[in-house]
This record gives sequence, structure tokens and C-alpha cells, in this order.
Amino acid sequence: MDTSNSTLVILITGTSKGIGLALAEHYLKLGHVVYGCSRSEAAIDHDAYYHFALDVSDEKQVKSLFSAIRKQHKGLDVLINNAGVAAMNHAMLTPMDTVEKIFNVNVFASFLFCREAVKLMRKRPSGRIVNFSTVAVSFSLAGEAIYAASKSAVETLTRVLAKEFAEFNVTVNAIGPTPVQTDLIRNVPDDKIEQLLSQQSIKRLGEFADVINVTDFYIQPSSDFITGQVMYLGGA
Amino acid sequence: MIFENNQIQTLIFQAIDELNALREEELIDKSPSTALYGQASPLDSVDLVNLLLSIEEFLEDEFDISFTIANEKAMSLKNSPFKSVASLTDYLTTELATADS
Repeated sequence: MDTSNSTLVILITGTSKGIGLALAEHYLKLGHVVYGCSRSEAAIDHDAYYHFALDVSDEKQVKSLFSAIRKQHKGLDVLINNAGVAAMNHAMLTPMDTVEKIFNVNVFASFLFCREAVKLMRKRPSGRIVNFSTVAVSFSLAGEAIYAASKSAVETLTRVLAKEFAEFNVTVNAIGPTPVQTDLIRNVPDDKIEQLLSQQSIKRLGEFADVINVTDFYIQPSSDFITGQVMYLGGA
Repeated sequence: MIFENNQIQTLIFQAIDELNALREEELIDKSPSTALYGQASPLDSVDLVNLLLSIEEFLEDEFDISFTIANEKAMSLKNSPFKSVASLTDYLTTELATADS
């Protein structure tokens, strides 16, 4: 797998905005084929970009997305499991609907995409899966019980799937971003964000480029001995 | 969808062909008595996973059927359908007769 010279087929979830959109634009700029999905219609107009408007936790819709990739490209090289939702709220005020929604998108959908992706990657010489955790896990942030718990599950999935998928030459790693200026944190009060940043070794918000740097590292051919790892930004 | 036993067996043999094409060790015999797991089987666990996934892909490509072979029912049956080509053939013929496409 050569990220600079060969064309990869890359699937990124949650490409309508924020980090997912930035990742999709980055890999399109490098000349790769990018499949994206979100609940809304495509936010990118590019010859090498294919968009699916779907619910990432709907197994039938997700399977049809993978079926389309298999029929068009016979396989998949990279999955970036970016789609996620958050709800920052005191545990005593958190409705079960919210708990279900967060686990549906962050955990169940991540697993579903990993499972379907490895089926397409097994026919390639190698494959890469990058999942998304958060510094909220390592900081055990108050007010983010369900979000952090769901991302803890993603970290465990990452480590176990790394073992199961190694036989298919597929690595599974995760990135744990700090807050990045996206819709995910738009309702979090400034003082809460400041409090969080103060716990980091490097006390600033993350940039899209910080996230892209880590996904590039995981995807590059020489990272074929890196698996089951969670890399936190900012020194969390 | 109603399948004849021999149609399903042909699908399984197609999947065995795919495995054999990439195989460096002894080729897998295309026979109803070929064991799919256990000491008598020429398949390891990764081969078995690949075999089942290939069958699922053939079902989708040739018959437009989306079917998960290793479902809860299959995993909990007293007589495992994954013992041999014959037992998998019987299991799939029965299950696909009532499966939604």
C-alpha cells in the first residue's frame, strides 16, 4: 500500500462536514478514490468521490454501500470510521434515547463498518482501518459519561479486531482527537472546553491537519506493523 | 428462494475453487465429504471464514440474495452445519428456502 503513488479506495464515514469532510478532501487531493457517507446528500463534487446518503447504523443500507464498492472496485484499501455523535450532559439528565443513539452510531455502526470492510480488504494485499476515539476517554470527563463510554468500547473493539483481522493483513488503529472546532462541540460552553484543554500537555484545540497527520501515518505502507493502537492528540 | 441441493453444492465448490487458487498447501477436495473444520479438515479457521464469505458473495452476485451464513441459528444448532460440505449444503438449501432476499 503506497499512499503517494498508487490509487487507494478509501471509505470515510460522516463526510458531510467537519473532520470527515476534511479527510475526504485531503485524500481526493492525493488522487485516491473516496467513498463517503452521511445522513445528508453529498457535500463534495469530485469525479473520484462517491457519496451514499444513509444511516450508518442501518445494516441493510450499509451492506448495500459495501456491495457497490465491491462491484465497482473489487475491494477496499482503507476505512476511516469517523462518523460519531456526542451529547454532553450530566448522567442524571441523560435520556435513554440519547444513550441508544450514541451507542448506535459510535459503537454499533463502527463495528458494522469494520466487519463489512474487512470482507472487502481480505482480497487485497493489505488493509487499514482507522477508528475514532476521543480524549474524553483518557480524561474520564465529567458530563460525557455516555460519549466516553461509547468511545471506550471503540477502543476495545480496535484492540480486539486488530488481533482478529491481522490474519487478513488488515491493521486496526484508533485516533483520539482533542476537541476540534466542529459541530460536535458547538453546544459545549467555552469554559468547559478551556477546562478540558488545560488537562492536555499541549493546551490548544486540535486542527483538521492534526487528525490527518495521524490517519496518514496509520495508512502509510511502512505502518504495517502498527496495529491495535490508540493515539491521542495533544498529550492526553 | 428454492434451490436444488446440487445448485448449492456447486456454489460451495466455486468457493473452494477460489480458496484453492490462492493456496500453497494441499488443495481442498471438492467433495460432499470434505470436512470444513476439525482435525480431518484441510481448512484452517481463516479458510473457513473466507469460504463462507465467498459463498455469501456468490449468493449476492448470482441470485441477489443477502444472507449471513454464520447466523445465530447456525451457530447454535446441535449438529453444526459447518462440519462438512454435505452438512453445509443441506443447511443452506433449507435456510434459503425461507430466507428473504
